Amino acid sequence: MTEKVLVPPDHTVPIAFTRAQLDWLPWLEPLAVEAMTPRHLASLVDAARVKSPYFRLLARDPDALEARTRTDKDIFYNPDAGLPRAERELAAAATSRFNGCLYCASVHARHAATYSKREADVQHLLDAGVTADLGERWNAIVAASVALTATPTTFGPEHVDRLRHAGLDDLAISDVIHAAAFFNWANRLMLSLGEPAATV
Amino acid sequence: MAGTDADIIDALVGITPGSSLDAIRARRPEARAHAQATYRALFTPDAPGNISAQERFAVGEFVAGLHGATAIADRYAERLVESGASAALKEAVDAAVKEAKTHGPYGSYPAGPLSREDAAGPVYRVAAATRRALGPRLAPAFEHVHMLVFHPRDAAPAALQALLDAGWSTTDIVTLSQIVAFLSFQIRVVTGLRTLAGRP
Repeated sequence: MTEKVLVPPDHTVPIAFTRAQLDWLPWLEPLAVEAMTPRHLASLVDAARVKSPYFRLLARDPDALEARTRTDKDIFYNPDAGLPRAERELAAAATSRFNGCLYCASVHARHAATYSKREADVQHLLDAGVTADLGERWNAIVAASVALTATPTTFGPEHVDRLRHAGLDDLAISDVIHAAAFFNWANRLMLSLGEPAATV
Repeated sequence: MAGTDADIIDALVGITPGSSLDAIRARRPEARAHAQATYRALFTPDAPGNISAQERFAVGEFVAGLHGATAIADRYAERLVESGASAALKEAVDAAVKEAKTHGPYGSYPAGPLSREDAAGPVYRVAAATRRALGPRLAPAFEHVHMLVFHPRDAAPAALQALLDAGWSTTDIVTLSQIVAFLSFQIRVVTGLRTLAGRP
């Protein structure tokens, strides 16, 4: 029997990038909580994610989900030197802005604003897009993220030079590369397996 | 067995033990290990389910080819041939890359203030001869993969229904989406780190 996509309930479609909390509505059936095996549950890594339809959908391939999540956490949360957390989140937000993922951009713009305390600059990135002037260090991080996100990539030695000139060491540059690369992973799942909805 | 196979990102970048990039990757050990674990989960899974190794590596070559990442595409093409793919299938994947290559990201936003950022681009339909060689499962999958690679913000439920109608289950679509999304990460990490290594 051929399966059918889900029809999301009536909702308000967000039409602009925002730092507000959004919902995400799946187009494919997530696993039902009561149908999840211990392996499915373990693949969520964080037990609280059982409430998320996104993670219960991805849990259909538990090995891929668990490895995805552990990759994500080390890229963004590993506190050992490199790029400050705020700027890892900036790279994630810029990548999501360029690919057009309103949901991912909302989450990571919130994080970037929280950790940097630069709410106005983060909002300017959302409003004006990836060419917004955010000061040279942030401009260099956004430009590198965008170049790496283009397909085919336009990331080149000039981006490495600009990041170094802005004060990033090679571990920090590697963090920019990984943060932008990871959001090319995350954006494609979020954009293609469901849609954002405004919360009221 | 976890951790016993050669790290594919290291191999594709050309990272040798004791090099500066080896030291940088060692500072994010979970990301390094789980990027590799994701590769294993998606390309050499313990339980392959309904998606054959040939299908997985055909998608791998196609995604890398669309990124213009020739060395990476060659790696997946080798695995495709090793998995027993016919010469006709290999040629069809090569042909699909040539048919489908373009530049991304493009696509449309929900009608509103972001509409001024809408950017038109091709919707890939596999050419008739290529479609015959790819077969009734891979041809619609390649059309979906092209959207995911180049214009993911155009994703819509109808695209997923087309895959369900072609015999991909909900779980298969999650895995297919993870393959494309993960490769979008892997290719950018390899490209970024290679560029960094070339700028000592």
